[in-house]
Amino acid sequence: MESVEFSRYLSMLTLSVHVVFATVGVGVPLFIMVAHWLGLKRNDDHYLLMAKRWAHGYVISVAVGVVTGTAIALQLALLWPRFMEFAGQLVALPLFMETFAFFFEAIFLGIYLYTWDRFKNPKHHFYLLAPVLIGGAMSALFITSVNAFMNTPQGFAVLNGELTNISPLLAMFNPAMPTKVAHVLTSAYMTAGFILASIAAFHLVKGNRHEYHRKGLALTMKVAFVFTIATALVGDLSGKFLAEYQPEKLAAAEWHFETEGEAPLVLFGVLTETNEVKYAIKIPYALSFLVHSNFTGEVTGLNDIPEEYHPPYIIHYFFDIMVSIGIGLMLLSLVYVIGLKFNWSIIRSKVFRWGLVASGPLAMVAIEAGWWFTELGRQPWIMRGYMTTAEGATTSPYVWAMFIAFAVLYFILMVGTIVVLTRMFRKNPVENEIEKIREKGSVAV
Amino acid sequence: MTIEILGISVLWLFLFGYVIVASIDFGAGFFNAQTLLTGKHHIVNTVIQRYLSPVWEITNVFLVFFFIGMVGFFPKTAYYFGTVLLIPISISIILLALRGSYYAFGTYGTKGHKGYTLMYGVTGVLIPASLTTALIVSQGGFIKETAAGTLELDYVALFTSPFAWSIIVLSLVSVLFISASFLAYYSSVAEDKGALKLFRKYTWIWSFPTLITALGIIIEMKWHNQDHFQGMLNLWWVFALSAIAFAVSLWFLKKARYGWSFIFVVLQFALAFYAYGVSRYPYLLYPNLTIYDSFTNETMAISLVVVFILGLMLLIPSLYLVFKLFIMNKPYIKKGV
Ligand code: HDD
Ligand code: HEM
Ligand code: HEM
Repeated sequence: MESVEFSRYLSMLTLSVHVVFATVGVGVPLFIMVAHWLGLKRNDDHYLLMAKRWAHGYVISVAVGVVTGTAIALQLALLWPRFMEFAGQLVALPLFMETFAFFFEAIFLGIYLYTWDRFKNPKHHFYLLAPVLIGGAMSALFITSVNAFMNTPQGFAVLNGELTNISPLLAMFNPAMPTKVAHVLTSAYMTAGFILASIAAFHLVKGNRHEYHRKGLALTMKVAFVFTIATALVGDLSGKFLAEYQPEKLAAAEWHFETEGEAPLVLFGVLTETNEVKYAIKIPYALSFLVHSNFTGEVTGLNDIPEEYHPPYIIHYFFDIMVSIGIGLMLLSLVYVIGLKFNWSIIRSKVFRWGLVASGPLAMVAIEAGWWFTELGRQPWIMRGYMTTAEGATTSPYVWAMFIAFAVLYFILMVGTIVVLTRMFRKNPVENEIEKIREKGSVAV
Repeated sequence: MTIEILGISVLWLFLFGYVIVASIDFGAGFFNAQTLLTGKHHIVNTVIQRYLSPVWEITNVFLVFFFIGMVGFFPKTAYYFGTVLLIPISISIILLALRGSYYAFGTYGTKGHKGYTLMYGVTGVLIPASLTTALIVSQGGFIKETAAGTLELDYVALFTSPFAWSIIVLSLVSVLFISASFLAYYSSVAEDKGALKLFRKYTWIWSFPTLITALGIIIEMKWHNQDHFQGMLNLWWVFALSAIAFAVSLWFLKKARYGWSFIFVVLQFALAFYAYGVSRYPYLLYPNLTIYDSFTNETMAISLVVVFILGLMLLIPSLYLVFKLFIMNKPYIKKGV
């Protein structure tokens, strides 16, 4: 195998690991903030304790996020030297700003964590969360704009092989950026919500009847429900964006070969040798609707796109996984929210609660599927229209060895994170902490 | 001043910042492990833990700033260094990752395992060594072009070069010297007599080897890279000032003025670091790249500088807050709250 293949696998691996921690890093501060705010407003120690415990777990995830993020940032230059040489002239600005945003987040997170009892006015301590939330969101915004640029490069002209007319701001605010950033942010908040909900639901399933977990579950599910709707809405806009700017990606995701109106949405199924779709669920007119908001609009098919620019057809499954999980979680949280209001007993049933336990991991699977879909869907380009992935890759013959080394490293990091997090909370169960608060009269210990 | 020089000066500042803060961190890890083996761990443990936990992410960010800035201002370096340094830098990343996980798992989570502490100490010596390869390669003579026109690192030349090994040794001894000097100061603020005595001793032990290897490298440069050697000779007076700062720092150490002693150690390194940087002007990589032919376009350079200034306006107040709350806060240093 060639260096380029291993470079792709290594990028894939590092990014897939990083995005787990990055999503938590972007999403969880929102929930810490909501819990802390409720705690102050209702003068309820349960919510304050929730904010504190989440923040403690969150720090570990951030630390591993920093480690894997540093790995990607260096690997971009190590694995894709030609690409970075080219793109560095165009998108160095958002890359540079991401570092600042992250720095800002990390500093205030550190301060928040160690200053529970240092402020006279507890509101001041709460305000420290704002820079954490904003810093995380800005990190995601800047880095996603770089990825958006790879899909729809603009802000420069090529004249006799030289770059001219460079505009860093145009490069950053490229056509893919608004939907991509919005979708990444909403899906991060949604996923963080379901992950925290999973943990609360797990305690309830295990027979722990403490009010703390019920409050946590209700809070996270309500917020997650809102963001699930937002994610689907922005996802719809992302589809419209693709139809206009990257029709090959949408067509490959939908196994849509003939350009035609009244196009159906194809879910799952298999593709035969002759590119026929079998065993699929077809929702009539739905693809036309996704693209044009009416049932007759014409959608470009793969047959109108040169064969060498077709993305791998497998992205169809990644797209389906993402959308199915999105719709499934929307229904799940809808039932929960309504059930909570009308006191349905179904939401307290064991089966339903196991569903809630699964929601967090499922949301994370949707995130991975979404990224695999969009990144594989960009192939064969690393920078659409300007540089192919093979042209961008390193020529070093040792990438395979690095792949193995990093795979071992990430395995250690993943296992370590899980072990440390479970041990940390097991050693320190909620009941003990609530007892301590009663004795000391304050959450700050 | 041209914008190229402004760019490289800013980056050099970041690199210097990283060298200092990271040295403190790496050295602390090493002493932590060393004392574990020599049975003096209880003396230094609290001082080291208290200083290290809140600041490691800040240290890491300096590194990220440096190379993101490098790719931003000098995109061609991504091609040259990125192509040849795959293995050494990947090793650094892995070691840095293991080190970062020590903080994540050991400090925030449960108490560290003994083997983990030792590993952490060992990474403190291996990381400087592997990162230094970037600097060694930039001196020229270690990159060869293959028949296909691609670049490759000449490992044989690298591993058999006394010059390369001297730079690695220098990176190690300076890490230990800077770190010991800072920790002596830190324990004096914490009024921890036992730790202070130990770190004062370590500062003495590592001071002269630092000076001697540094001198050795200047001399070896004569054979390795005549141009650069000439550049250094032209700046002999800055190196001389650096040596004076070294002497002053030891004098303060003797007089038990640990804060001043550390400041002069930093000054010593700053002078030598800048003299080294200026003397290689305009080369980023001998003889392939200068700061002029690898420079990005003007628009990007200006926007990077603007963002940099805005970013600093945001960061300096926040860093000041951290400093006040944790690093230079007497009750915190003493008690850890
Ligand atoms: C919890 C995660 C999650 C969920 C439930 C969804 N998505 Fe998504 N989707 C992502 C997480 C995600 C992502 C990981 O954030 C991606 C990958 C790259 C990106 O920009 O966002 C993404 C990309 C992505 C793209 C490609 C954008 C591009 O390449 O520029 C489209 C068209 C959609 N999504 C559409 C949808 C639709 C119609 C959904 C209906 C429910 C949906 N997504 C649910
Ligand atoms: C964090 C979530 C992300 C995930 C899970 C992810 C996943 C992937 C995958 C699966 C590939 C391999 C595609 C292939 O070669 O077949 C890939 C390639 C790549 N990604 Fe992403 N990606 C993410 C975000 C980003 C971002 C934000 C950037 C830009 C800054 C980026 C830059 C790249 C590059 C440079 C490649 C290699 C070139 C290529 O294969 O086209 N990725 N990524
Ligand atoms: C869309 C995908 C991504 C998102 C949402 C994201 C977000 C984040 C977040 C929130 C953090 C802070 C750590 C944490 O809180 O867990 C982080 C760390 C980091 N990320 Fe990512 N990231 C993404 C992809 C990338 C890519 C492609 C790169 C490489 C250019 C990158 C580079 C970094 C670096 C260098 C750090 C460490 C920060 C530092 O030490 O300065 N990230 N990322």
